[in-house]
Amino acid sequence: MSTSAQDSLARPLLVEGGRTYASLTDLVAGLVERKPPRWWLPAFLASGALATVGVAMAAYLISTGVGVWGLNEPVGWAFDITNFVFWIGIGHAGTLISAILFLFRQKWRTSINRFAEAMTLFAVVCAGMFPLIHMGRVWLFWYLVPLPNANAIYPNFRSALMWDVVAVSTYGTVSLLFWYVGLIPDLATIRDRTSGLRQKIYGFFALGWRGSARHWREYEVAYLLLAGLATPLVLSVHTIVSFDFATAILPGWHTTIFPPYFVAGAVFSGFAMVLTLMIPARELYGLKDVVTLHHLENMSKILMATGLMVGYAYGVEQFVTWYGGNDFEKYTFRNRAFGPYAWAYWTMVSCNVLSPQVFWFKWFRRTPWAMFAVSIFVNIGMWFERFVIIVTSLHRDYLPSSWGMFIPTWVDVAQLAGSFGIFLTLFLLFLRFVPMVALSEVKGVLHEQLEHAHAEPPPHPASRRKEARS
Amino acid sequence: MANVFRPRADLWLRQIAAFAVLASVGGTAALYYYGPPEYTRVGYAPLQPTAFSHELHAGQIGMSCLYCHSNVEESPHAMVPPTATCLNCHNQVRANSPLLAEIREAGKTGRAVAWERVHKTPDYVYFNHSVHVKRGVGCVSCHGKVNEMPIIRHDQPLSMGWCLECHRNPEFALRPPSEATNLDWSPPVGQTQVEVGLHIKQQLAVNPPQTCAGCHR
Repeated sequence: MSTSAQDSLARPLLVEGGRTYASLTDLVAGLVERKPPRWWLPAFLASGALATVGVAMAAYLISTGVGVWGLNEPVGWAFDITNFVFWIGIGHAGTLISAILFLFRQKWRTSINRFAEAMTLFAVVCAGMFPLIHMGRVWLFWYLVPLPNANAIYPNFRSALMWDVVAVSTYGTVSLLFWYVGLIPDLATIRDRTSGLRQKIYGFFALGWRGSARHWREYEVAYLLLAGLATPLVLSVHTIVSFDFATAILPGWHTTIFPPYFVAGAVFSGFAMVLTLMIPARELYGLKDVVTLHHLENMSKILMATGLMVGYAYGVEQFVTWYGGNDFEKYTFRNRAFGPYAWAYWTMVSCNVLSPQVFWFKWFRRTPWAMFAVSIFVNIGMWFERFVIIVTSLHRDYLPSSWGMFIPTWVDVAQLAGSFGIFLTLFLLFLRFVPMVALSEVKGVLHEQLEHAHAEPPPHPASRRKEARS
Repeated sequence: MANVFRPRADLWLRQIAAFAVLASVGGTAALYYYGPPEYTRVGYAPLQPTAFSHELHAGQIGMSCLYCHSNVEESPHAMVPPTATCLNCHNQVRANSPLLAEIREAGKTGRAVAWERVHKTPDYVYFNHSVHVKRGVGCVSCHGKVNEMPIIRHDQPLSMGWCLECHRNPEFALRPPSEATNLDWSPPVGQTQVEVGLHIKQQLAVNPPQTCAGCHR
C-alpha cells in the first residue's frame, strides 16, 4: 500500500507501483499491441453469440410484430422501456466521471474515465435499440424526426417522448465526441509504437496528432468545452427520461420528484456497472497500479451516496402518497409493496437501499470482490426499480375492470439477455483495440506525483493552491 | 520517425469528406424530389383495356360525371360503372365498333372489364366521396380536368399533406354543391374563389377534420 497510511493528511497516490511514464505507456499501450490474453477470444465468442441472440430476437419481433412480447393492455410498456431506462441510466456514469469530475478537478477520474465513457457509449447503443424496436415498425422511426414530408406529419414538440429522442441522441453524440477527442493523443501514442497497417489505422484516427504545444493547447480547450457541454447533459437526459413518465397522469408516475430521483438512480446504476466491469478488468489486465484501491474506494463512496439518495426518494414517494391522501395514489403504492409484484419491489429495496450500506465499513470499500458483489446487486436492483415503476403503475390504475398482469415471454427475456450480449461484445472490442486508460491524462497526474510529491513547502500561496488540486 | 502517411493523405481525406458532404446533400435532394407522390404518382396514366376517353364523353359530348359514377353523391365510393352502363348507349351507338369488342364481350359473359385503377388511397385512409361532393368540393379539385384527358391521368398528389392543405383552408376549393361536377366552373364575375369559398363554408358549416381519427378510423 501507499505510504499515505502513516500520514493522514497526505493524499493517496493515484498511480502506484513506482511507475514511470515509460512503464505506464508499456503497460497500457501494450494491452492493445500484444496478443489478447487467453480468456479474451472465448469471452468474445460467448458474448458475440449472446449478441446474435439479441439481434435475432429483434428480427423476430420486427418480422412478426410486437405481440411476441408479453406486453399488452393495460401494460403497454414493460421489458422494452425498462431495459431502455436501465441502459440509459448505466450510460450516466461515463459522462459524470469524465465531465463533472473533470470540472471539479477530481484527478482520480483519469484512470477510469476512458473505461467509463466507453461503457456509456455502448450502454447508449443498447438503450437506443429498445425504443426503436418496441415500435414494431422500425422504418417509421423518422416520424420522430422533424423532417418536412409529403404526409405533413410533424413531431409533437409538447410530447416528452419527443424530447427524449432529442435528449438521448444529443447525449450519444456529445459522449462520442468527448470520448474520441480524449482518445486522440493516446491513439497517436499507439501509432508511433506500431508499424504497418495497424499504424495506418491508428494514424488515421489520430488525425495527424503530433503533440506540439499548439496541439495540446487546442486539445485542452476542446476538452474543456466538451466537458462544459456534457455536464448539463448528465442531468438533463435522465430528467427528460423521467418526464416520459412524470408528464402522464398515471398514479405512480405523476410525481415531481422524478427528475432528481431518476438522475440519482442513473448515476447509482452507472457507477455500479463501472465497478462490475472495472474490478475484473483491472485484475485480468494487471492494471492495479493505475486503478488502485483508492479509486475503487472513491467509486464505492459515490455508489453509497447515490444509493442513499435513491433510498430517500423511495421514502419520499411513500410519504408524499400518504400525505397527499389521494386514494388512487395510495392504492398504487400499497399495491407496489404488497400486491402481485411485491417481490420485485422488495428486490429493488433490498438491492438498492440495503446492499450499499456495507460501504459504511472500510473493509468493504477496499475489498474488490465484496464491491463486485454489491455492484451486481445494485445492477439487479436498478433494473427492478424501472420494472417496478413501469409495470406496477400500469397494471392497476384507475379502473379495476381494466386491471391486468404482465408476464414476460421467452422473447422478452432473450431480448434482455441479448442486449447484454451486444454491450459486452462492444466492450470486449474496446478492451482489445482501444487504450483502456487515458494515458496522456494519467501521465499528467503522474507528473505531479513525481515532480511535486517530495517538494519543499511552496513559497507562496498561489502555487500552493495549484498543488492542492492534485 | 518516418512519416506514416504521404503528403497527399490530407488531400485525399479532404476530397473524401467533400464527396461525403456532396453525396449526402445530393442524396437528400434526390430523395425529396423523386420520393414524394408529386413525382411518383402524378402523371400516372396506364393504358386501359378499352381505350375509354373521358375527353370524348365528359368533354365533347358533355355527359355528367354522375351518369357513370352514379354513387358519388351517396356513397364513400364514386363507383366505376358496370358494363351495363356502357352498353346502355353502345348497344345503339357504334354497336359494332371493333374498339368496343371487349365491352360487348364483357356484357355477354358478365365478367367485369379489367380497368386499371388510377386513383387509390391507402387502405388505412377513410375517404368518403359523398361528403366532399355534397359540401361543394368539385371533382376537378382532386381529379383535375378529366374532360380534357383522352387517357385518364393521376392529376394531384393525393398525399396526406395535400389533403391537409385543403382541410386547413377549404375556402380555396369550395364551390356551390350544384356545380361540383362542372369541371369548367369558375367563380362568378366580381367574386373571388376565396369569397365564394368562405360563403359556402359558412352556409354549409364546413368543418373538415384535422385530427388523426378524421381519416384514420
